[in-house]
Amino acid sequence: MTNNISPIIGLEVHVELTTKSKMFCGCPADHFGKVPNTQTCPVCLGLPGALPVPNQKAIEDTIKIGLALNCQINEVSHFDRKNYFYPDLSKGYQISQYTEPFCHDGFLLLDSGKKIRIERVHLEEDTGKLQHTTLNDERVSLIDFNRSGVPLVEIVSQPDLSSSEEAKEYLKKIHAIVKEIGVTTADLEKGQMRLEPTVNLNIDGHFTPLVELKNINSFNFAVQAIDYEVSRQTAAFEKDGLEKSKSNKQTRGYDSVKKTTFLQRQKEEANDYRYFPEPDIPPFRIGPSIVEKLRGQLPQLPDAIITDLVSLGIEQRFAKLVYNKPKIMNILNVIARRNDVAIQDTKIDINKLVSLIVNKKIDISGDIKAQFEKLTAVGETDTEKLAALVDEILTQNPKVVEEYKKGKTAVLGFLVGAVMKLSQGQADAQTVTALLQEKLR
Amino acid sequence: MNKQIHELSVVELLHGLEDKRFSSSEIVKHYLDRIEKYNSELNIYLHVNEKALGQAQKVDEEIKKNGLTKPLQGIPVAIKDNFLTVGLPTTASSLVLKDYYPQYESTVTRRLIDAGAIILGKTNMDAWAHGSSTESSQYGPTLNPWDLGHLPGGSSGGSAAAIAAQLAPIAIGSETSGSIRQPAAWCGVTGFKGSYGRVSRYGVIAMASSTDSPGPIARSVEDAALITSVIAGLDKYDATTSPRAVEPYHQLLKRKDLKGMKIALVKDYLLPSMRTEVKTLIHNAARHLESLGAIVEEISLMDPKYSIGVYTVLQRSEVSSNLARYDGIRYGFDRDLFGEEAKRRIMLGTYTLSAGYYDAYYKKALAVRTKIVDEFENTFKQFDAYIGAVSPGPAQKLGVTQNESMFGEMADVLVNPSSIAGLTSVGVPCGLIDGLPIGLQITGNQFEEVKILDLANLYQQTTDFVKFPKYD
Repeated sequence: MTNNISPIIGLEVHVELTTKSKMFCGCPADHFGKVPNTQTCPVCLGLPGALPVPNQKAIEDTIKIGLALNCQINEVSHFDRKNYFYPDLSKGYQISQYTEPFCHDGFLLLDSGKKIRIERVHLEEDTGKLQHTTLNDERVSLIDFNRSGVPLVEIVSQPDLSSSEEAKEYLKKIHAIVKEIGVTTADLEKGQMRLEPTVNLNIDGHFTPLVELKNINSFNFAVQAIDYEVSRQTAAFEKDGLEKSKSNKQTRGYDSVKKTTFLQRQKEEANDYRYFPEPDIPPFRIGPSIVEKLRGQLPQLPDAIITDLVSLGIEQRFAKLVYNKPKIMNILNVIARRNDVAIQDTKIDINKLVSLIVNKKIDISGDIKAQFEKLTAVGETDTEKLAALVDEILTQNPKVVEEYKKGKTAVLGFLVGAVMKLSQGQADAQTVTALLQEKLR
Repeated sequence: MNKQIHELSVVELLHGLEDKRFSSSEIVKHYLDRIEKYNSELNIYLHVNEKALGQAQKVDEEIKKNGLTKPLQGIPVAIKDNFLTVGLPTTASSLVLKDYYPQYESTVTRRLIDAGAIILGKTNMDAWAHGSSTESSQYGPTLNPWDLGHLPGGSSGGSAAAIAAQLAPIAIGSETSGSIRQPAAWCGVTGFKGSYGRVSRYGVIAMASSTDSPGPIARSVEDAALITSVIAGLDKYDATTSPRAVEPYHQLLKRKDLKGMKIALVKDYLLPSMRTEVKTLIHNAARHLESLGAIVEEISLMDPKYSIGVYTVLQRSEVSSNLARYDGIRYGFDRDLFGEEAKRRIMLGTYTLSAGYYDAYYKKALAVRTKIVDEFENTFKQFDAYIGAVSPGPAQKLGVTQNESMFGEMADVLVNPSSIAGLTSVGVPCGLIDGLPIGLQITGNQFEEVKILDLANLYQQTTDFVKFPKYD
């Protein structure tokens, strides 16, 4: 019955900034693997009377992310309080941004040229962490506030993505950008980048209920979770025909072992966070001069670097693999600028070189030119000389020859290898292959 | 002469210490004895600093060695119980924070201690600073030293009563709307509220963050100016503090007359419901200022009932969020220990911030607040200050706040607009009605502390309204 199914996917990406101190206090922001509750103070513990003082570096980093994602920067922005109760939230509210985020209305281009609109990039504070464990035979929940107050940037896209592949490409691009501009190490395994896809389907003009997938920490899990949702929602719609409404939004988690999503919370109505402007922090005025200054500090972004590499003759698939590897980029820059005498002498096929580097055939700490020449040197092509070697190998391996003649042509590689070995690597492999094929016909 | 220690102002005490007429230990001992004698009756102090005398002895050694080197060296000070003090319980007069010992020191008390002051103890207040009576304290009300059947006002009622009963030479209070000036008025002493952002809120248990302003309650304007010069100024722990330099306010009180000054008498603050005796005292004050050379003109401002409306919405909203951290998990006591008033405010604030109501209440209140600020801005283009009563009447009787959830707002109606706009203001005694003091407010534009303190000081120097109830 259902013919036309198109997924509608939006992404919320949380990125922890790698600033020296936390968002609103002087505690270190690097919390990973630290002894619980050793990086806390009155502010991030939310003690009575403690007040937040914003971290300027974190605000600048957020604006840089916004600029890298082609966002508009609000001239006036402010923090809001997001009020909700959870034990890991020390103040009973999270300082976030609601009505006036630092950045809004940007976009990101996929390789296909499709434009994914970015709704907003805002700054907030991370929460503490709960540990559910057993202590003295008692089941307990412990709170670690080391993460409380770590600057967290939220990048919210419009629901412009239509497949898990697009979502993955979008996420990888975001990851590459935030790393390239140096504001975060964005290590997914450390929870420094957390992914929250929102998924529903358009089935012949009917929209299935919205599902928010929470706290996914790998690109592949995001893909699997989205794919699972697409089939789950398709099946659910076929069964109950339920359409999206204000009251049936779901929050689901992803089980990476079972490769399924599971219901966490059914929202009867939109959560009421009772946002209001944070009175402890005056609003910010970020004028054009600050914006331009920060724009000037942005490095060349991944897509631009890749385009440059492609223009040098490097295939895009190789360019994507090497653009963020400084050592390789150095070598390529040298070749591109032709100012290395040793390399200048040779005519280097740069795409061939990159291919060999990517495939780890060339040790980039060694003599690049020598290795390249050796690997690409044309071997002995004199068929008379080579024929003798080929005959010798064929005589030595009658069983293999028999197998080949029975149709198992894959053994040809073995024979080629044997001839090469016999020639001590001096034979030209293509010529040897042709000779073998001829003799075995 | 021959004044007793408790009859001396801070400035006089500092002179005495300098001249070695007495030691800091003697001052502190004198006050501790008085506290011992009268506190059980008045319920002013919730906690007395048992180390005060030891601290005074240390200061005495310092003075002996190097002379007076700090602005408040050896001066005892009473602190409202919503300021975090290491080593002394800090409860904000609530049971939720019963026996709470802070992990860090508030900026105000840190600066006082660094200036050589000695904390005598923590004073009673309305629980969480919610109120204008000190009757909502969960440790019982403080009684007004002028008449024990009356309230001291609030929320800094303990601090104001401490000055009136001479159980401290100087006290620290805080006001969100009138909580320094109103109890000071009801207790017949001087209260000073700096502009919002002049004195750090770091380490003050938050009531309504957007108007909370710590300040002194004192025997005189001069003392208030001196203390303010110590506690005011930029604080790296409070993003709302102003970077403007702090002036030595007490040294700038130089006016001998008010020639060239234009002062507004706000007609709308002489409420129809007010007793004529109060209005007469305010008119008398206006005449006195004129006699000093000022031009006094009657003006009309927005009816303060709008300001009360704005304040009620904004303050309840902020309260509901500020009290969320006392979630029953961290501070040892459950939320059911919140008193009636706190619960009412949490509920009202939660309601006004809820989806669908935010625009109708909070957002509209913010818009009206902007109008109030604009109106004052225009007023101060023409006038140096405005005057009016602090409170519509004198201290009220114990028990009147029962079932009166808007009692505080009504008692603070005349000082509320200045709090909403973050202005600076002094409350000084200007006469008695039925044997109870009435306060005059002198209010000026943001960051015009010097002008307002100077004006108030001259008024105080040229009148004779500063009296203390007999407590010997």
